Amino acid sequence: MITKRIIPCLDVNRGRVVKGIGFINLRDAGDPVELAAFYDREGADEIVFLDITASHENRKTVVELASRTSEKVFIPYTIGGGIKSIDDIREILKKGADKISINTSAFNDHSLVENAAEIFGSQCIVVAIDAKYCRKDYWEVFLNGGRTPTGKDAVEWAVEAEKLGAGEILLTSMDKDGTKEGYDIELTGAVSSAVNIPVIASGGAGKLSHLRDVIKYAGADAVLVASIFHYGQHTIREAKEYLRAEGINVRL
Amino acid sequence: MYIALINYGMGNIKSVENSFIKAGAEVRVTSDPMVINRSAAIVLPGVGGFIDAYINLERKGLLKTIYKNINKKPFLGICLGMQLLFEYSLEVRKQRGLGIFKGSVHKISGKVKIPHMGWNQINIIKKNSKILKGIKNSENFYFVHSYHVIPSDYDIVSSTTDYGTDIVASIEKDDIYGFQFHPEKSSLIGQRLIRNFLELTGGI
Repeated sequence: MITKRIIPCLDVNRGRVVKGIGFINLRDAGDPVELAAFYDREGADEIVFLDITASHENRKTVVELASRTSEKVFIPYTIGGGIKSIDDIREILKKGADKISINTSAFNDHSLVENAAEIFGSQCIVVAIDAKYCRKDYWEVFLNGGRTPTGKDAVEWAVEAEKLGAGEILLTSMDKDGTKEGYDIELTGAVSSAVNIPVIASGGAGKLSHLRDVIKYAGADAVLVASIFHYGQHTIREAKEYLRAEGINVRL
Repeated sequence: MYIALINYGMGNIKSVENSFIKAGAEVRVTSDPMVINRSAAIVLPGVGGFIDAYINLERKGLLKTIYKNINKKPFLGICLGMQLLFEYSLEVRKQRGLGIFKGSVHKISGKVKIPHMGWNQINIIKKNSKILKGIKNSENFYFVHSYHVIPSDYDIVSSTTDYGTDIVASIEKDDIYGFQFHPEKSSLIGQRLIRNFLELTGGI
């Protein structure tokens, strides 16, 4: 039976991990590649890098990251952030990345998802969605790192993205992100039951029971985790042992 | 002595190359028949469509090269590279494959998400498998695929995985090996398989 995946997420700016991670004894804990290799050894199932470099340098740093990671990390990894064209995608995949994650440019240019899925296969195209509950009783899609509202229903967008050829949805709850109160069970459940591709839940993990809840009650296939691991609150092994004890199939 | 890693324009070859380098192998990424002929072992990787893959091998004159070499030295097909060893695939339309093994390639069926993506346990069937030496039953490997092989002769199957139905995870006959999963993405346990393959070549 397929296992539920635990995926540490590393935010990267100009080739460095945002918020250096102090507790781990690495030669350079600010190096995303060193950190990803550490998480590979610790038992992470995949790694997601989100590049937030806000400049024209972005593409170069992302390609370099893909390339260096492939030499040291032997689990699948996804790169997202500022990817706008088929050429960007081709270059990153060629360097060894397994998947690319696209958010704003997927929403604004549906043909990018369609063409990318056609050329490279759905399995390497992740559509990332940032969603926020709005008073009109649905979750609204936001673009540009949560700055631009669209008026679009996130569940509808997820369904469309699947039709366009997305192989996976990376779903971030803007309401829960940074709160440590737990993932958005309702949002994740709504998207997960509307699509037939894997959904990675993101935003809000503060303790291990949150991981269990979103997997058990919202049907998430994978969980994106940042601070719980980055600040040494738990190791990946502890998280997996906990989930296994709760009856969830994980790779240990 | 080196491993020839066949480059025919199909997918993530860099990771395969890096994982063999990490295991201590000398690797040549190549589409040159002469380089392949002189290699100690051959790896056929591959992610993508079956039809494109076959056409690319044909155009580069590599079908002949593979036939010429395949029973003379260890050969490893990974994912699509394993599927290509069978007679035909029904991906998009019927397309012939290398036909080294009898059987065909079909879409994964049942009430499961497609692609089959993630870590799944293998069930070891061939207890004396050379390539799976030292691997415990139920060990997890990383899979990404929408199609799977249905061999006519189940004696070649060395392990399966459960994804709605029993899916062939690895095959083995004489010196020909195939993995449906990705050893290069399966962390330490995947590295073990790559080292096993290198040992079968007499250690490169």
